[in-house]
Amino acid sequence: MTTTTGDRLVEFDDVVARYEPVIGLETHVELGTASKMFCGCPTTFGAEPNTQTCPVCLGMPGSLPVANAAAIEATIRIGLALGCRIASWCRFARKNYFYPDIPKGFQTSQYDEPLCTAGHLDVEVDGETYRVEIERVHLEEDTGKNLHVGGATGRIHGADHSLVDFNRAGIPLVEIVTRPVPGVGARAPEVARAYVAELRDIVQALGVSDVRMEQGSLRCDVNTSLAPVGSLEWGTRTETKNVNSLRSVERAVRFEMRRQAAVLDDGGRVLQETRHFHEETGSTSPGRSKEEATDYRYFPEPDLVPIAPDAEWVEKLRVDLPELPAARRARLQQEWGLPATEMTWLVNAGALGLVEETVAAGASPAEARKWWLGELARRANDAGVDLTGLAVTPAQVAELTRLVAEGTINDKLARQALDGVLAGEGGPAQVVEARGLAVMGESDELVAAVDAAIAGAPDVVAKVQAGKVQALGALVGAVMKTTRGKADAATVKRMLEERIVVS
Amino acid sequence: MGSNRSMSSISREDVAHLARLARLAVTDEELDRFAGQLDQVLSAVARVGEAAVADVPPMSHAVPLTNVTRPDEVTPCLSRDAVLAGAPAAEDGRFRVPRILGEEE
Ligand SMILES: [Zn+2]
Repeated sequence: MTTTTGDRLVEFDDVVARYEPVIGLETHVELGTASKMFCGCPTTFGAEPNTQTCPVCLGMPGSLPVANAAAIEATIRIGLALGCRIASWCRFARKNYFYPDIPKGFQTSQYDEPLCTAGHLDVEVDGETYRVEIERVHLEEDTGKNLHVGGATGRIHGADHSLVDFNRAGIPLVEIVTRPVPGVGARAPEVARAYVAELRDIVQALGVSDVRMEQGSLRCDVNTSLAPVGSLEWGTRTETKNVNSLRSVERAVRFEMRRQAAVLDDGGRVLQETRHFHEETGSTSPGRSKEEATDYRYFPEPDLVPIAPDAEWVEKLRVDLPELPAARRARLQQEWGLPATEMTWLVNAGALGLVEETVAAGASPAEARKWWLGELARRANDAGVDLTGLAVTPAQVAELTRLVAEGTINDKLARQALDGVLAGEGGPAQVVEARGLAVMGESDELVAAVDAAIAGAPDVVAKVQAGKVQALGALVGAVMKTTRGKADAATVKRMLEERIVVS
Repeated sequence: MGSNRSMSSISREDVAHLARLARLAVTDEELDRFAGQLDQVLSAVARVGEAAVADVPPMSHAVPLTNVTRPDEVTPCLSRDAVLAGAPAAEDGRFRVPRILGEEE
């Protein structure tokens, strides 16, 4: 494995004091269509290798591609959501290169005539809005997957040979390219991350991809360059390939800034190159890629006729766009009456959707927020999972809050009920029933416990009778102890007061 | 690689390079022959350049059609055995190819 030992790094604060970064992002989104881009092969993730191929996606001589209408529509919808201009006429192009992941010897892509151009996406970092200009959104096909055999870690270096699976070859892929983003300074790593997160949420809201970074249905290439503060020209950029988590996007930009600053400080020159990101160390290293090997010799794809989206149809697609994440956040913030900072916490904790669903299931916004950002966030953190990874549904959380509101359980018992839900014992009501967690009403058992507490502490009772009302707390505590927390403290207090005054 | 102008000449080395990229086994004698033939082909095609003038956009399609698409529907695939039968080598249900790095320029 290539390591990065030897890269000198400048402290981040020091980098941004003296250098101005420019970032750029190329994001690939694998569309969630049922069939591939130019043939009817299925796109199921995780299928046995080479079981989802046909003469078209294997590039057999004589086979002819036909474009998937749903993929074109999805691309236009992504473009519209990003405020792009939609081309009235455009073509596919062949991007020629020899590499085993592409059986045809070329990737069908778009070159100088992308479907969508000139859009933008506003992202927020720490209450500050940054506009990221979108250069283009185009449609192409995914490549096959190589498995490198013989190398120590399954990486290409040191591999003895490679094994190719073409199931993924030909799945529709949308590439979204930003214009260079200058002027973000120290915020560059966070802006890059926020951009990818917002783009992911938009694509998800459109329902055109499952955008699962860990499965590779959303992949990012991150460009970074540095120039001395005040410089009129931008520096030479590097392109870090296949950065596959939000956290990695941020780390990749940060690392490249620190590394490039050291190179420039030493009077060196940053090489325009492709680099690989290493998840374990958060570092990048130079990588050779297929991209450097060839001139792509793009030319219009003769086997596919041009796409000419009808203006009226495009307009209808625009009108039919769903509520986009930014609008949704604004609406929920208003509905819930939250300050912006609280909203940011919710979003950053990945709890927005969960809270929304919990509220929809009947909880108050305040209770839903309290649970997801408090107890549940703690549990998720302990378990090392996302909130969505917890074995509790928003409906169950809403049920918990209802049981508390109705007085069936108190907060302490609710946490025990949650234990049961997370342990798979059923819904909250079921767990409360099975574990006998319900708060005691004025039952015989509770009356007995109250009487016993009074009988067991005549000195405390005397103090209360003498007017030291706060001494009552000790008796409440005693009752709560004998009932193992299942009594309602207010009820216990009232019962004690009744008895002590009467006696 | 050779240009497509009429005075172009395709060298043996050009043909050898392309043959290697396309994984074609070509003999020494064929290199000479193909170089000559490809040169003739390119010269012939280059005559198009004499007719093309600045105000004639390059044509990519001979038929004035647009928006030929298919609905997003799954159709049957080839069986894996059939797919791999045509491969020079296969392993674990996958195409086996020589190591990738180090053989490209
Ligand atoms: Zn296919």
